[in-house]
Amino acid sequence: MIPVEAVPIPYTWVLALSAVLFAVGTLGVLLRRNGIAIFLSLEIMLNSANLAFAAFAFRFASDHATAAAALDGQVFIFFVIAVAAAEAAVGLALFIVLFRCKGSIDVERANILRW
Amino acid sequence: MWVDLIVIGVKLAFGLVVLLTTVPIMVWVERRGSALIQDRLGPNRVGPLGLFQPIVDVVKLLAKEVITPAGVRPLLYILAPAIAVIVALSTFIAIPIGKDSGLELFGHAVNGFIVAPDLNIGLLYVFAIASFGVYPLLLAGWSSDNKYALLGGVRASAQAISYEIAMIIAIVGVLMSSGTLRLQQIVDAQSGVWMGFLPHWNVFSQPIGALIFMVAVFAETNRLPFDLPEADAELVAGYHTEYSSIRFAAFYMSEYLHMTVAASLVTVLFLGGWNLPWIDIPFEGWAGVLLSMGVFGIKVATLLWFFVWVRWTLPRFRYDQLMALGWKVMVPLAVLNFLWVGVAMALGYM
Amino acid sequence: MVVTIIFLVAAAIAVVFAVLTVVPRDPTKNVLSLVIMSFAMAAVFAILGMDFLAAIQIIVYSGAVLVLFLFVIMLLKIRRIEALGSGRPVQALLGALVAAGIGGMMLVVAGLLLPLQGAVLPGAVETGTAFPIGRALLSTHLFAFEFITLLLVAAIVGAVYLGKGEEE
Repeated sequence: MIPVEAVPIPYTWVLALSAVLFAVGTLGVLLRRNGIAIFLSLEIMLNSANLAFAAFAFRFASDHATAAAALDGQVFIFFVIAVAAAEAAVGLALFIVLFRCKGSIDVERANILRW
Repeated sequence: MWVDLIVIGVKLAFGLVVLLTTVPIMVWVERRGSALIQDRLGPNRVGPLGLFQPIVDVVKLLAKEVITPAGVRPLLYILAPAIAVIVALSTFIAIPIGKDSGLELFGHAVNGFIVAPDLNIGLLYVFAIASFGVYPLLLAGWSSDNKYALLGGVRASAQAISYEIAMIIAIVGVLMSSGTLRLQQIVDAQSGVWMGFLPHWNVFSQPIGALIFMVAVFAETNRLPFDLPEADAELVAGYHTEYSSIRFAAFYMSEYLHMTVAASLVTVLFLGGWNLPWIDIPFEGWAGVLLSMGVFGIKVATLLWFFVWVRWTLPRFRYDQLMALGWKVMVPLAVLNFLWVGVAMALGYM
Repeated sequence: MVVTIIFLVAAAIAVVFAVLTVVPRDPTKNVLSLVIMSFAMAAVFAILGMDFLAAIQIIVYSGAVLVLFLFVIMLLKIRRIEALGSGRPVQALLGALVAAGIGGMMLVVAGLLLPLQGAVLPGAVETGTAFPIGRALLSTHLFAFEFITLLLVAAIVGAVYLGKGEEE
């Protein structure tokens, strides 16, 4: 892999990338009606949150004194990935049940509990 | 920096040539080996002992008409065989095929002709790229506008992801006893003697793990007895039904490439890589690299013959039997192996 | 220098394919764009020195979760989804404003922070490989680790039960 002597990237660039991806994901979640498409945009948002954690872990990893914080950041990313996987599994199972009941996964159709 | 690139180019070329020449050899071995097992002659017209048969096969495949059915989704249809080949080639670059004997070329270490020599997450990289190999099956099945292809594709990918779990849990025992993810250190940890009289290979210290990994690797490469997804008699040709000529040749090639990569992985993880059984010789310089690659090659060749042997001996599993085996038998056994390794390490046997 | 170029290329690929996940109308193309985006994310993780997380990202996201998405799309035979924000122009405009607003705010915050160059000093603790993360998971974060295990078991049981359908 890349030698760890110097990675000349300011961590703020990674944060900016995370911001852009989060905006794209939010756009998808708010503007889509199909359940699967909403789910995909949600995954983009989770990925961007992971990137934000990674940016700060990277910033703290270069300093011997704060290396423990960097490790905490990476462990948190690990947990976010695990939770995203669990959530995808259950969410998709729910969509299958919704499809069986309603015949489509348009989230506008799932409105029985609405006032 | 240019010298760096040239050395990497030499290593890449070497790896590609080695991997791609195993394909025609395996085609010949498969056909003559199956003939031997079925008590018939096999190809013996083209060249001595039929040795030029693979060349003739390739020419025939390439000369066929390239038919693209009307209802296919173009991008996915063309991408699927390409991804299959790319995955197999990308996995091979991290597998240690020869010892890093301190050999230097133009002043740069050659690292035993391995392209990506010392990844500190070596084994995880191999599994990451290998887990990507589910996509060609799924995409080929979905993009061909064909019921049989879709059924074959879905079955193949379901089988692949199920057996991946047992495969990875079986590896955990090896990781525990070697204490590292780096493949070269896993090979080095298998040198010498264990318990006084056995070679220190992991196949002797973790036999259940080795067995589970072998079976899972058969399932991952879609070889009999797990080849229902491409079952000739039941699903026409499974997920590659609608592919012809060079695209079919790509799938055919990718099957043998996957077999070779899988055999190399079994050798590295369980059969001690380039280590000779009880002897521990230092591999130095050119002779060292070539000797270590020779030992590695002999082990891989034995495993590839084993693949061919099993294919023509055992009958095929039914799909529900296959899935039940993967989830209900292999995963618990893999966890048992993991427990065995833990106990043995605590008691000081490993 | 080379590292900066690789990072910029990976970032560009991530943004382009994220947009390609949200906008097109063919669900299979969307999922495959997300696969490429998660590959780009793994590349960024690897550049930042977090090798273990890059491998985990590929194994979990590309190799498992997105395959699951593809299975569900094939099972439900979804062929075409409606265009972005179709039929609800006011909501589409408000949604776009909200997304742009959030993104803009975060960019402003990122710009206000001191752009310290990441440079791993020699002798610094290497935190990206499997060993430090494993040790942290089993010592400092043991409770969370065990709880995640429980969460995954709950997710498996839930998904199997929901997917089974009604007993006739």
